[in-house]
Amino acid sequence: MATGPDPAKTARGNLPPLSLHVPEPNFRPGDPVDYSFLDIPPPGLLPRPDETCPATETTPLCSGMVRVLGNDHRAVGPWDPKLDPETLRRMLRAMALTRAFDDRMYRGQRQGKTSFYMKCTGEEATSVASTFALAADDMVFPSYRQQGILIARGYPLTEMINQIYSNKADKLKGRQLPIMYSCREHNFFTISGNLATQYPQAVGWAMASAIKGDSRIATAWVGEGSSAEGDFHAAMTFAAVYNAPVVLNVVNNQWAISSFSGFAGAERSTFANRAVGYGIAGIRVDGNDALAVYAATRWAANRARANGGPTLIEHFTYRAEGHSTSDDPSAYRSAHEREEWPLGDPIMRLKRHLIELGEWSLEQQEAMDAELVDLVKAATKEAEKNGILGHGLHHPFHTMFEDVYKELPWHLEEQAEQAIRERQTKWPEWKPE
Amino acid sequence: MTEAVTTVRRLNMIEAINEALHVMMERDCNVVVFGEDVGYFGGVFRATAGLQKAFGKHRVFDTPINECGIIGAAVGMGAYGLRPVPEIQFADYIYPGLDQLISEAARLRYRSAGEFIAPLTVRSPFGGGIFGGQTHSQSPEALFTHVAGLKTVIPCTPYDAKGLLISAIEDDDPVIFFEPKRIYNGPFSGYYDKPVEPWAKHEGSEVPEGYYTVPLGKARIVQEGEAMSVIAYGTMIHVAQAVCREKGIDAEIIDLRTLVPLDIETVEKSVKKTGKCLIIHEATRTGGFGGELSALVQERCFYHLEAPIERVTGFDTPYPHSLEWAYFPGPVRIGEAVDRLMKA
Repeated sequence: MATGPDPAKTARGNLPPLSLHVPEPNFRPGDPVDYSFLDIPPPGLLPRPDETCPATETTPLCSGMVRVLGNDHRAVGPWDPKLDPETLRRMLRAMALTRAFDDRMYRGQRQGKTSFYMKCTGEEATSVASTFALAADDMVFPSYRQQGILIARGYPLTEMINQIYSNKADKLKGRQLPIMYSCREHNFFTISGNLATQYPQAVGWAMASAIKGDSRIATAWVGEGSSAEGDFHAAMTFAAVYNAPVVLNVVNNQWAISSFSGFAGAERSTFANRAVGYGIAGIRVDGNDALAVYAATRWAANRARANGGPTLIEHFTYRAEGHSTSDDPSAYRSAHEREEWPLGDPIMRLKRHLIELGEWSLEQQEAMDAELVDLVKAATKEAEKNGILGHGLHHPFHTMFEDVYKELPWHLEEQAEQAIRERQTKWPEWKPE
Repeated sequence: MTEAVTTVRRLNMIEAINEALHVMMERDCNVVVFGEDVGYFGGVFRATAGLQKAFGKHRVFDTPINECGIIGAAVGMGAYGLRPVPEIQFADYIYPGLDQLISEAARLRYRSAGEFIAPLTVRSPFGGGIFGGQTHSQSPEALFTHVAGLKTVIPCTPYDAKGLLISAIEDDDPVIFFEPKRIYNGPFSGYYDKPVEPWAKHEGSEVPEGYYTVPLGKARIVQEGEAMSVIAYGTMIHVAQAVCREKGIDAEIIDLRTLVPLDIETVEKSVKKTGKCLIIHEATRTGGFGGELSALVQERCFYHLEAPIERVTGFDTPYPHSLEWAYFPGPVRIGEAVDRLMKA
């Protein structure tokens, strides 16, 4: 007879029933908001270790928060990147342009010019300030809310809008969902709708760069919600194992559509803390502080370039708008969340900082905002000349079958002939341009 | 383009694969090989033996046990400009990497309109016959043939294995290269009580040194015949040959070599000539590639068919460890189908 615990004698009666914990956000629609539970340290508090330090030295940075700009709009502490006013103004301009672009495209979607749009309002620093801290030829593997990268890198707005409208000038031939840009020339990897897939790819790119003895590094962005994907952990493992020259960003904007960050594990730990278990450097940064974002990215990029290995940066920020034009945040979160977000607005904070430095004024800001609105308007008009979504079938039908493979196999050629033949029946009035 | 060939030697398929990797790593410094155990050890089947010593740790290295990471990193490397040749130790373990293959590698060229490509060749031993149980024996090729943007290649001889692998590595599209591990060391008749015969004397084991290619998308007529067309790939070619030999059937046996792109022309021509079609694969029946082949043959050759199309496949169960030989589509199952076709 086997020995072992006797099931009949196992104590059960006095044990409390087990209960499942289902996370619940602090506020729901109609609730007042109290952010006092958030631990937001004053700026300048955390040390800035040497870029080549052992990863363990960054552990305090993973649970703290790197901040540079204070409530007085001054830059303080060891993380102050001490940028010259001209760079600060260019950064402010790129962030403001991103917001102006978002506003226009949002309206465009509401006017039926495209099917879908995603704003990054409140998160502009996490892409723009990061990009300013990278070299232009560093490869970026963005998620879908990093339009600020393309804008910061000077990608033509008209090209972006052509893509959003899927019109005849869309260089992606109308295949991709609006906002899923691709631009090899600007070292911007094609965006996937499958979440976090770009993470191991960025690590692979960085490994390739190291294999070839290149000096370029890779960076990737993912939302805090997507950090729950297996790909995130695959990427972290590979990055750690091969000491890959990569900067991995988690944009913690608190919401993954209607699921709050608790469903990705935020109740238990910060996202930056995940770096600790992998033995890589980690930094948690005030994502609405452009100077802090710049400084953290610069630190991580320098570290990667010096063969110091990967860094995970958590950008603690807030998604001020809905997830996309197909989302209604008022159905799941308190309207006061945005208003009372304690880390403010990244554009306003940078603007105030420049004014505090005596390098900017409200009048200049007003003039710049007006100029940017006109700039976006002109780009939109230009793009509309190439058509908008749903106005005509912009691309020759044969393009649907191209680029599946380098060369067209027989079965796709047959199917292309079918599609072109059907055109005569489906749209007899339509003439290819 | 086939270059001048000097010596001819007889190799095992695994040796031919190893040689193809050597040749390509030598020719193109962007070819990198990685996967679980492939570095110092040279892979559990020894496919990558000697590569790390010859080409260094930067180009041949072990990876964490993480297929999503292996294939995801390969996609990124491909986007950089390398030609990654990752190994998935067994095809059964490819599933954690499927999203990276199906949603990413397969669509990269399409979604970026040609700006980014994923020229990776995923090598993986597949199929049963080595008592690997349900986790070391699967034939998941149909999954990949269903995905637009992937190419699926399966060699059946050492000569083809080397030439096809070189073509796959040179190909700018992502290729799934399934290696029938049962015939790594020699042809297999399908009888579990008869061992694999060494490749030494067999056709297809004469492998030229150096570089040569076997093009993707071109089937091979293994033997010409009039009685029926037998369409198969990998291990099943050898079993089909053995059965037809034993029964004295004058069958035309076609080794597809690549499932996508498929050489429909060769299949069509053969079936129109023989009027009968037998399709064999080891993978489970429902939704298997045999269904696609059968439909294509029906669409294109219906008025030439003298009998219903026959499919011989594995059963719709996982691969059972102790009953592996009852599962395997061996000579009995194939023989019955051949008899039915002959009587028709």
